[in-house]
Amino acid sequence: MCQSELRSFQDKMNKFEEAGIRVVGISVDKPEKTREFMVQKAGYTFTFLSDPQLDTIGRYDLVHTKELASGKDISRPAEFLLDPSGTIRWQMITDNFFKTARPEQVLEAAKKL
Amino acid sequence: MQSQFVQKLNWPIWTGVLLSLVAGLSYPLVFVRWPITREVPWVNLILFAIALVLLFFGLRRAFKPDKRIISRIFSSLAAVFGVALLAGLLFVVYVMGSWLPASSAAPRVGQKAPDFTLNDLNDKPVTLSQLLTEPFNNQPPKGVLLIFYRGYW
Repeated sequence: MCQSELRSFQDKMNKFEEAGIRVVGISVDKPEKTREFMVQKAGYTFTFLSDPQLDTIGRYDLVHTKELASGKDISRPAEFLLDPSGTIRWQMITDNFFKTARPEQVLEAAKKL
Repeated sequence: MQSQFVQKLNWPIWTGVLLSLVAGLSYPLVFVRWPITREVPWVNLILFAIALVLLFFGLRRAFKPDKRIISRIFSSLAAVFGVALLAGLLFVVYVMGSWLPASSAAPRVGQKAPDFTLNDLNDKPVTLSQLLTEPFNNQPPKGVLLIFYRGYW
């Protein structure tokens, strides 16, 4: 369940490459966990960054404190599309966990960059 | 003989219970995978609607005067079970699904994304500026998509 969103982006990875959009995944996972589970086992080709101290996740106000399923502080789902100057041109900060960004929405927004 | 047996079985109740189970379990097991069946669980709601109709007719049958008390109790429990499963699905999707922080101070469209330095898969620090400028497919990137996610599990 949790990864159906990420999987849908991975399935469209060639479209993002054509569009020149670098896809970056950020979570609290340590690099070795991401290497083992996301890259080796699940085959993701994102640029993965690790934020175990929640520094960046906190700066973006995305900390989900004591999340129910994990019992830990993790990141809530959120997506930001930046142009090369670093300005946010599209975002989704969902109010329901079952409703997250779709790759088609991002690719549409990327056309206007 | 056959028709007597079928009548005794109260098939609407049994299929209703079975279909409620399928309706409830097929959401986490199957339909949660695609946004079109996840965001609004319409497939599961249709299955539940059919299940509840079956349970309703099963209940009616069980409460006919010639039926035994045990079949009334069983049918009632079956109906409660079906309704409880439906309530559970709605609770998970619409109530628990919204248990997220407000994130009211998150950066907004039009603002500069706050800079950061985070370690990549090789424990090498990477800055947002690097992500925005370093070549991607031998060209400067047209954009960067940041996906914040819960983790690998």
